[in-house]
Amino acid sequence: MAYKTHTGSLDSYDKGVIELDDDLRKYAFSNIFEVAGNSAPFERVAVVQNLEYVAEVVRSEGESPWYAAPHDEFAIVMDGEVTFHFVKLEDDQVPGHEGGAIRLGAKPNGPNMGRVRARRGHQVLLPKGAAYQLVSDNPSVAILQTVDGPETVKKWDEICVLKGEQA
Amino acid sequence: MSVLEATVQKVGTDETTGYSSYQLGSFTFRRDEYFAHVSWPKGSHIIEVDRFLRAMVRDIGWGFFYGWIFFDDIFGTTNHYGTVDIFAGSYDDGCKKAGIDFLETFKAEAVSEAFETISKDWISEGYDPLNAPLETGTPIGPKGKERTDPLLRAFIAAERMLGLEGDTPTRSEAAGQKINRAFADLEFDEPEIECEEGFEGQLHAINLFDHIARSDVTWNPSISAVTRANICCVTSEEHMLPVIHGNDRNEWFIQLTDEIHWNIADKNTGNPRGRIVMKAGDVCAMPADIRHQGFAPKRSMLMVLENGTPDLEKRYASGELKPYPIDYA
Repeated sequence: MAYKTHTGSLDSYDKGVIELDDDLRKYAFSNIFEVAGNSAPFERVAVVQNLEYVAEVVRSEGESPWYAAPHDEFAIVMDGEVTFHFVKLEDDQVPGHEGGAIRLGAKPNGPNMGRVRARRGHQVLLPKGAAYQLVSDNPSVAILQTVDGPETVKKWDEICVLKGEQA
Repeated sequence: MSVLEATVQKVGTDETTGYSSYQLGSFTFRRDEYFAHVSWPKGSHIIEVDRFLRAMVRDIGWGFFYGWIFFDDIFGTTNHYGTVDIFAGSYDDGCKKAGIDFLETFKAEAVSEAFETISKDWISEGYDPLNAPLETGTPIGPKGKERTDPLLRAFIAAERMLGLEGDTPTRSEAAGQKINRAFADLEFDEPEIECEEGFEGQLHAINLFDHIARSDVTWNPSISAVTRANICCVTSEEHMLPVIHGNDRNEWFIQLTDEIHWNIADKNTGNPRGRIVMKAGDVCAMPADIRHQGFAPKRSMLMVLENGTPDLEKRYASGELKPYPIDYA
């Protein structure tokens, strides 16, 4: 028997349903392709929050600002292609804030570490001690596993199913 | 909460079926050709044996996981991270009203040993409860030839990220791990990593979908990446989650491919609250006051985000933390 695997994309996705005798806000039901499609390029929108931890969704389109974090972060590309560029930070350049990504004013003055070109299903290490930039020729979508930080955008009221209706 | 010092004891062997019975504390476990039977001083319970074994091997492999693992609405375990409750009817309205609910607390190692002993005795060659039903035989019938391959597969757990030098490897063709039939239509390419001289090994990426697609087990997560205590687990899901999970903290699901239907119920009473159908790209929290069970009509890929902060369960249990994750504007 031949199986057909269903994936989603910015251009084509089906959203599920949430039918509960409960306050739907507790479940924060959203869809990453819908969130990415309705957000500005590189707006890091939280779709998951576990206390201080988040998963953000970004629509990668063009060149992002440069980011850095005081801990490892990880990206999973879910649609399109994203090239991640990395620059090594000196010890005194590594951000010292509590957590999450910060936006740098410009490409930092450090040696180029290289790049990773990733497509759907690829998971990429965004290592502590490196600044990174996302670049995409065409609109693409990535999930970022990180900590709630200065760049995390929260708009739960806009992205989540709030009332009992077809999602 | 008193912790019993009991360990598993063999009670006897059924001459007809060949299966042995076991006792742990006040609980007795017996099986026949079709069913597992659990007895305790105030009552007894029957569970279809495939479901019982699928739940039991996962419960051990997960290290009792987070919170409550219901084998069905009546019987299950609660993880206290060092000790484990075995309960019968403790979270079921009917059993509680009838006064037949029962719970005992054991050292976690004692429960592991007991469940592993029972599983090894009750599982014969040709049946693997970690496989999808379409990919394995049946546990019904009398005892067959003993299995010699590993019954239990624990989490594949990365310390930092799968595939990094010195960390847990990803699944691979070279290791004999084939792409599952249900994902044979996907193309699996590798991310392109170009390191500048002097930075070799510092950049890293994997095909996560390839890793998930090569899993030979279902409803059995592997940890792919860790940001402090923010744990990314990935898993392939087919048929039904053979337990009902009641978490002791909030957790989050991101549906990576295909769809899963989740039945949601009140954690303490089991009263149904409704259902959620998640399709590729959907994100949903599982609050800390529910129990959930998933059904995947086709093998799918699921990402689970857990907060592994120590003692978090106590902060939820005390009410310090709310049982749902988001504060809205």
